[in-house]
Amino acid sequence: MIRFEHVTKRYDGGRDALRNVSLEIPKGELVFLTGPSGAGKSTFLKMLACIERPTRGQVFVNGANIGSLPEKHIHRYRRQIGLVFQDNKLLQDKSTFDNVALPLVIAGMPERDIGRRVRAALDQVGLLKKEKSPPRNLSLGEQQRVGIARAVVSRPGLLIADEPTGNLDPELSLDIMNLFRRFNDIGVTMVIATHDVNLLDQLGGKRLILTNGEVNGGDFCSNDGGGY
Amino acid sequence: MQRLGHYFGLHKQNAVLAFDELRQQPLASLLTIAVIGIALALPAALSLLVQNGRSVAGSMEEVRDFSVYMQPGQTVEAAEDLAGRLRLKAVVREVRLITAEQALEEFREASGLDNALEALETNPLPHTLVVRPDIEVAPEALESIAEELRSNPAVDQVRIDTDWVRRLNAILELLNRSVWIAAILLITAVIIIVGNTIRLDIQNRRDEIEVYKLLGASNGFVRRPFLYTGICYGLTGGVFGLILLVISALVLAEPIERLTGLYGSQFVLRGLNIATIGAVLGGGLLAGWGGAWSAVSRHISAIQPK
Repeated sequence: MIRFEHVTKRYDGGRDALRNVSLEIPKGELVFLTGPSGAGKSTFLKMLACIERPTRGQVFVNGANIGSLPEKHIHRYRRQIGLVFQDNKLLQDKSTFDNVALPLVIAGMPERDIGRRVRAALDQVGLLKKEKSPPRNLSLGEQQRVGIARAVVSRPGLLIADEPTGNLDPELSLDIMNLFRRFNDIGVTMVIATHDVNLLDQLGGKRLILTNGEVNGGDFCSNDGGGY
Repeated sequence: MQRLGHYFGLHKQNAVLAFDELRQQPLASLLTIAVIGIALALPAALSLLVQNGRSVAGSMEEVRDFSVYMQPGQTVEAAEDLAGRLRLKAVVREVRLITAEQALEEFREASGLDNALEALETNPLPHTLVVRPDIEVAPEALESIAEELRSNPAVDQVRIDTDWVRRLNAILELLNRSVWIAAILLITAVIIIVGNTIRLDIQNRRDEIEVYKLLGASNGFVRRPFLYTGICYGLTGGVFGLILLVISALVLAEPIERLTGLYGSQFVLRGLNIATIGAVLGGGLLAGWGGAWSAVSRHISAIQPK
């Protein structure tokens, strides 16, 4: 599903966010990406979302080399993945329903199918009754669930979440993580960055630990090239 | 077919969103629309002025008439013969023959010199042809007809005053060019105004645009609502400009009536016609679209999620 081949990312100013990372994540896996801040977690996810490109090396998702995807094809790639953000990035002037419908509208789905899909997604996160409220009238936990509904509504094969519980208390965090696990159970590959180690102990799943831009433990082989 | 339906569905949706956009910031939008309306109304008003000037020129066609005096001693038949030949010319609309007798009669009535005229043994006045050319005829064509008549041995004199027509046409031509210059300058102003408004709009919605792009929106998808907003600005500005023109015409109607009454003229103010309405709305639409396009083409693709 995901393959990194000798990926190095150097930002302007010479700092290496990732150093020669090679690894492979099989389809259907639930991977928690952890490590101290500044270890390259965000850069790793941004490459998966095609927000950043590798300085050296190649990133493959579903066999496509997304590191060298032409600018004009990026939007089509992004339609195949789901993104969840720490600050949920919901549009506050639109209703919950419209927020969740957005990826389908963008992808050009006929209107009658959109309603059905959006309600199914809202039902899965337990917010079917709040479809008319604007996000600001919901609690933080609920807003994050709306963000997850938006990420899964187009039924992506890969879901990427960057610190999805960063703004939530432990109880709500567990709630959200369990929600992710349910989507993983139906076959969605997931990469979730989190620094909340206590939470991980209750959850299981595979771990990928990054330190100083290098794979430094967890269930994936280290970055010595070739040996995934 | 379904894709096409979806495409139009999206366009409809975007057009509605664009109008919502204008309604959400009523004051700023109204100011922009007012400026666009004024900018579009000005060249349209100038153009109407020129059109009315042409109509004034047309209604004073007696000024363009010219007179052909026959040689003394030419018969009425010879004069009628010449009149008949003149009527065959494409540029001549009408030829009126005033015989020497009619002329004398008219002169007698107008002057009141009955007794003095009785004393004359013979009629000193020649037969005269009054030629009325078509309105569209250029002064040069009139001159060439006059020249031809002068070389006719039966003709004594040709009285023609093309200077007046030349001057009026020159003034109208000058005004006409001014209309074009004003139109180009003011439409450019509209493009800049709309472009700037849309640019600010894009900047204010930067975060939203980033989210759209993260969710897989193409540049085209993000552009579309802004283009529609630009077109909305242009069209509503055009409608406002037309309202300004109608109000101006109403305000001017009464004094114009008084003025033309004083001149005993048949002149009627030409108000908005289809061509002017089309030009104002079309100009607004194109300028709005152009302004929006100049803004989105520079700014939308530059916004990338970080």
